Amino acid sequence: MSQTVHSSGDHQPDENRRDFLTLATTAVGVVGTGVALWPFVDSMNPSKDVLALASVEVNLANIAVGQAVKVMWRGKPVFIRHRTEREINEANEVALNELVDPQADDARVEKKEWLIVVGVCTHLGCIPMGTATGEARGDYDGWYCPCHGSHYDTSGRIRRGPAPKNLEVPTYTFLTDTSVRIG
Amino acid sequence: MSAPQWNNKVVKWVDDRLPVISMLHHSAYEYPTPKNLSYMWNFGSLAGFVLVTMILTGIFLVMNYTPHTSMAFESVERIMRDVNHGWLIRYIHMNGASMFFICVFIHIFRGLYYGSYKAPREMLWWIGILILLAMMATAFMGYVLPWGQMSFWGATVITNLFSAFPIIGDPLVTWLWGGFSVDNPTLNRFFSLHYLMPFVILGLVVLHVWALHSVRSNNPTGVEIKTPQDSIPFHPYYTIKDLFGLGVFLIFFCAFVFFAPDYLGHPDNYIPANPLVTPPHIVPEWYFLPFYAILRSIDFTILGIPAKLLGVLAMFASIVILFVIPWLDTSKVRSSKFRPVYKWFFWLFVIDTFILGYCGAKAPDDYFMGIPGLKVIVMGQLSTLYYFVHFLVVMPLVGKLERTKPLPASISESVLKEGANA
Repeated sequence: MSQTVHSSGDHQPDENRRDFLTLATTAVGVVGTGVALWPFVDSMNPSKDVLALASVEVNLANIAVGQAVKVMWRGKPVFIRHRTEREINEANEVALNELVDPQADDARVEKKEWLIVVGVCTHLGCIPMGTATGEARGDYDGWYCPCHGSHYDTSGRIRRGPAPKNLEVPTYTFLTDTSVRIG
Repeated sequence: MSAPQWNNKVVKWVDDRLPVISMLHHSAYEYPTPKNLSYMWNFGSLAGFVLVTMILTGIFLVMNYTPHTSMAFESVERIMRDVNHGWLIRYIHMNGASMFFICVFIHIFRGLYYGSYKAPREMLWWIGILILLAMMATAFMGYVLPWGQMSFWGATVITNLFSAFPIIGDPLVTWLWGGFSVDNPTLNRFFSLHYLMPFVILGLVVLHVWALHSVRSNNPTGVEIKTPQDSIPFHPYYTIKDLFGLGVFLIFFCAFVFFAPDYLGHPDNYIPANPLVTPPHIVPEWYFLPFYAILRSIDFTILGIPAKLLGVLAMFASIVILFVIPWLDTSKVRSSKFRPVYKWFFWLFVIDTFILGYCGAKAPDDYFMGIPGLKVIVMGQLSTLYYFVHFLVVMPLVGKLERTKPLPASISESVLKEGANA
């Protein structure tokens, strides 16, 4: 093979092969580096012990009608409210097109007297007030977030303020009539 | 400039093999500096001093700090009460963060006033903005470490900002937390990164100074060094001036450390973190207030983009926009000294950032300075509007329309003229 031949016909195949090799090497290098980085990135995701604490059982027998409690689940509070007849009606009476994040009350509860929502404001993660007796419950009888002024209704839906979404409903199952497993 | 001849044999032996002594000699001794620098040029070296102070005090704090949710708060209290001079080291570190931002903010406003971002200093300016961003990340993570109420809720609110991004938002926040809320994994990674970042900043500072020494310092006239008469060697003229400035600055710094160590902080951070109770008013540290005000002032939707995402974008944009001002500013004149119109807009901009800071500290529904009918949120919105109008409208337009004052022929001439007028 002559190195001094410069006619395009002789040169082309060699150049193509070299380009291919360069590209292939670069591609393998980039993908390889990416694969090597992934364990480090993934190590920052929730670990197995954090995931293992992902469910909690709650006894509901001591929560009177009209009362609400906070329980810890995955490091954040869950609000459990034993709703009164009036609160259930309020939640059902509102027209869906009036809501910021339209969702029927039925779709947010399994048993209509028990409202179970994650107690974290969907704006920037503060804990809304209104669970303990005597706390301000906002203009819609649910919860009120003091950080930036979001009002939630008796179904935990956002009604006014900067929060974009309703309070999240966690996955939960009633084990008996008076006990529930969250997560 | 030719390499200096070293008389000392050891120095010469080292320098022949690694010219580090020559390099230092060039950059800290003979570096030709404009002869007319004012005290506004002290703040870069002051910021460098604070960086070193922060690294040193930080290293000693780590010797007694425990990055665990059940012990972090108490280990900080132990530093305050039991560790010999722990209170001093912590108060220096705590107030040092504020001092760092004071120096850097003045340094940036200096650059804005005298057009230090213009060609050929764009790279120098960019590295400076990267330093600011790195400082903000470092300060934020450092504030979480004492694990008080403000630590915890500040971390919660700020990390939640990232949930504003569609689709990737929630997995991203979970990834940042290493769990489903701000908790021990979050504290541990913040501690790790808070220790790393100052060294990243140090690396950026080296690049910043390197860029500076290749394009040379700007000066109050904005006219480049043209002849040797325009400059003086850095040592002894500016080493002594920087040292004098450092003395004055240390009095200011120490006044906070010894007489008002908690003045710039928030009392709620002396309450241990409680994930079940949000403090009624979550306020960031003072140096974040203007940005926080911009974030909060967007409470409306544009083109279906939710307010929360818009707020986050506006807050990031308020810093990112600094990257492009070398091209937004159309004026051929650097220094605002010779820009009779722009000068006023500059000061309006300075006032604007103070108003933003004030709005960031108050609840959105309060009245601005107690003026009836003028809500903080509205004032915040107007100031946010001017913040962006200043860069996007005022800078390009005034640069084109304004009639600037005649520039001095050289730095030397302007100095002689000012001397004659005095």
